[in-house]
Amino acid sequence: MAEDLVKLISDLKEEEALKITKERLDKGDDPLKILEDSRSAMGIVGKRFASGEYFIPDLIYSGEILKEITEMVKPRLTKQVEVKRLGKVVLGTVAGDIHDIGLNMVDFMLDTNGFEVYNLGVDVPAQKLVEKIKESGAPIVGLSGFLTLAFDSMKKTVEAIKVAGLRDKVKIMIGGGQIDEEIRKYTGADAYGQDAMAAVTLARKWAGVK
Amino acid sequence: MEKATDKTQEQLELWCSAPGIEFVSKEAEEAYKKRTRRIVDAIQLKKPDRVPFVPMWEYFYARYANVSCYDVVYDIEIARRATRKTITELEPDAYQAPIFFGVGPLLDALDVKELRWPGHGIAPNMGHQFVEDDYMKADEYDTLLSDPSDFMLRRYLPRVCGNLKAFEALSPLRNLFAYWNFYPELAALGNPEVMEATHKLLEAGQASLNFITFLASFDKEMHALGFPCWHGGLAGAPFDGISDTLRGTRGMILDIYRQPEVVKEACERFVQLLLDMAIPAARINGVPIVFVPLHKGTAPSRDGKGGFLSLKQFEEFYWPTLKKVMLGLIDHGLVPDLLIEGDYTSRLEIIKDVPKGKCIYHFENVDIHKAKKILGDRVCIRGSVPLRLLALGAPQEVRDYCKELIDVLGEGGGFIMDASMASEDAKPENVRAMIEFTKEYGAYR
Repeated sequence: MAEDLVKLISDLKEEEALKITKERLDKGDDPLKILEDSRSAMGIVGKRFASGEYFIPDLIYSGEILKEITEMVKPRLTKQVEVKRLGKVVLGTVAGDIHDIGLNMVDFMLDTNGFEVYNLGVDVPAQKLVEKIKESGAPIVGLSGFLTLAFDSMKKTVEAIKVAGLRDKVKIMIGGGQIDEEIRKYTGADAYGQDAMAAVTLARKWAGVK
Repeated sequence: MEKATDKTQEQLELWCSAPGIEFVSKEAEEAYKKRTRRIVDAIQLKKPDRVPFVPMWEYFYARYANVSCYDVVYDIEIARRATRKTITELEPDAYQAPIFFGVGPLLDALDVKELRWPGHGIAPNMGHQFVEDDYMKADEYDTLLSDPSDFMLRRYLPRVCGNLKAFEALSPLRNLFAYWNFYPELAALGNPEVMEATHKLLEAGQASLNFITFLASFDKEMHALGFPCWHGGLAGAPFDGISDTLRGTRGMILDIYRQPEVVKEACERFVQLLLDMAIPAARINGVPIVFVPLHKGTAPSRDGKGGFLSLKQFEEFYWPTLKKVMLGLIDHGLVPDLLIEGDYTSRLEIIKDVPKGKCIYHFENVDIHKAKKILGDRVCIRGSVPLRLLALGAPQEVRDYCKELIDVLGEGGGFIMDASMASEDAKPENVRAMIEFTKEYGAYR
C-alpha cells in the first residue's frame, strides 16, 4: 500500500490518495510512515517537474494533496515528527517588491526536499534578512524579485550581507521574472535559478548533498 | 477591381484619416498621418517607410520628467506635464495614454485592497503592484455566472474595497422589479455604514470622472500635436480575467483539476463580457487597437519547461477562449495587441492560428528567429528589448540589440520596436538610443 500512496500522490490522484490515507490510518498504520511516503512522492513530483514532464500547476496541486494528507495524519501523531533536515535556507522577496508566487513555490520545493526554510515573505528589508541569517545561522540565502526594481534591491541586500560580515558564510541564489546571468553578476549573488527545482539543485549542491 | 475591403482595413483607414482632430499645424497633421500609416502598414505586414516605435512607457513618463510616481498618481497636472514632456521630446510613433496616473484619489476613496500604490504600501518612487488573492471562492462560480453584476456589487467590491465592505448587506438589485418590492428591499441603504460606503463610492465616481476627463483632454492635446494614441480599449484572456482578479493563481490551478468543466464554462462566459467592454471603448476613443495583456498561459523558458500551464493545459483551458476574444475583436475591425509575458517560443505553432495581418504580438521573450519564421506571414511582431538592458546597459548595447531585432524581426516589415515590457526603470539615454537607432537604421530602403 505504501507504493500505492507514493504512486497516487505523484500521479496527482487526489481522491484516491486521500482514500488510501484514510484506509491506512483506520487500520492503524504508522502515521509517520504515511508522511514518509508522501515525501517520497514529492521527490518524484520534483523530478518530473525538473525533467519537463510536470508544470507549475502539477507542483501546486501536489502541494495541496500533501497538505490534505498532512492534515489527516496530524491528529494521529503521538510524537513530534523528527525530520532530518539537509540545511537551512533563508528566503524572501526583496524590498520594494511584493510578488510571492515564485517565492512560495521555491519555499515549498525546498521544504519538501528536506530543507528547513525561513520564508520572510515579501518586501523584505535587507537588514531583516541579515538578522535572520545571523539568528538562524543559515548558510544559504534565496532572494526573489519580479520587477526591474528588484535588481537594485537585490544588489543592496547582497551588500548588506557583506557589510554584516556574512558574505563568506552564505551562498546567495536569486530568481524571478527578469533575472538572468547578467543580473546575477550585477547583484553579486552566487547563482540564479530559472525555477523552483533549480533552487533545490543549487541548495543541494551548496549543502553538499549528493 | 479590388476585393471589398474588410473591417480591419476599414477601421485602420478610418484611424489614419484622423477624423475630428483639430491639428495645431499642417506639419502636425502630416506627422500624425505618417505615423498612423507607418503603424498600419506594419500591422498589415506591409513594408512601412521605417520600423515604427511604439513604447509601453507607463511610469517611465515620471522617471523621464524627474517627478515621483507618487506625484503622477496623485496630481493630474504633474502627470499631464510629465507625460507631455516625454512624448513631445522623444517623439514616439504612438503613445500609451497615462492610464495609471491621477488615480490616487480614487484608490483612496475606495481603499482598494487588491493594489498597493506609491505612498500606499509602496515607496513613493515605485509603480503600483497588484495583490493577488482568491477574492472569489471555489464554490462561487455559479453565483458569479448567474448574475455577474450582483456578484461584483455584493461580494467582489466588499472584499477588494475596504470602504465598500458594507455593500455585503445590500439586497440583490434584481429584486427591485415592482413597487411593492421597493418597500423592504432598499432598507439596507438606510444603514449608516452602507450610507458611508455610498458616499465613498460617489467620491470615487467624482475621481473617476476627473480621471477620464484628464485622459480625454490629454489625448486631444497630443492628437493636435500629431501624436496618435495607441490603445482604444482593454480586453484580455478569459482565463486571466478569472484567475488574476477573482480566483488567484493557486485557486484557478486547483480548479482546473477539481472542476475543469466549470473553469471552461466560466472562460466561455467571460468572452462576451470582455468584448462588451473593449469594443465600445475602442469606438468611443477612436483607436482600433485593443490591449490584450496575457499572464497565466506562459512559461519561463524557451522549451516551455516550468510553465504556468503545460502546453496541453494551454490548449485546453487558455487558448480557445483567448482566440474567441481575438476573433470577436477582429470581427469588429479591431486589432488585438497581445502583450505576451514570459517566453512563448513553445506556443508559437498554436498562437499562429489567427487571420493574417490583423493582430500584434508583443513578446517579452521569444526566440526571434522562430517567431519570425512561424508568425512572420501572419501577425505583426512587437518588442522586445530586454528591460535589463534598458535599466542597466549602455546605449551601444541597446543599439546592438535593436539592430538584431530589426534585422531579424523587421525583415520585410511586420515589426514594431518596443521594450519587452513596461520600461519604468529604463535609463533615459537608453530609451533615446533605442528610438534614434530605430528611426535611422529601421528605415526600409
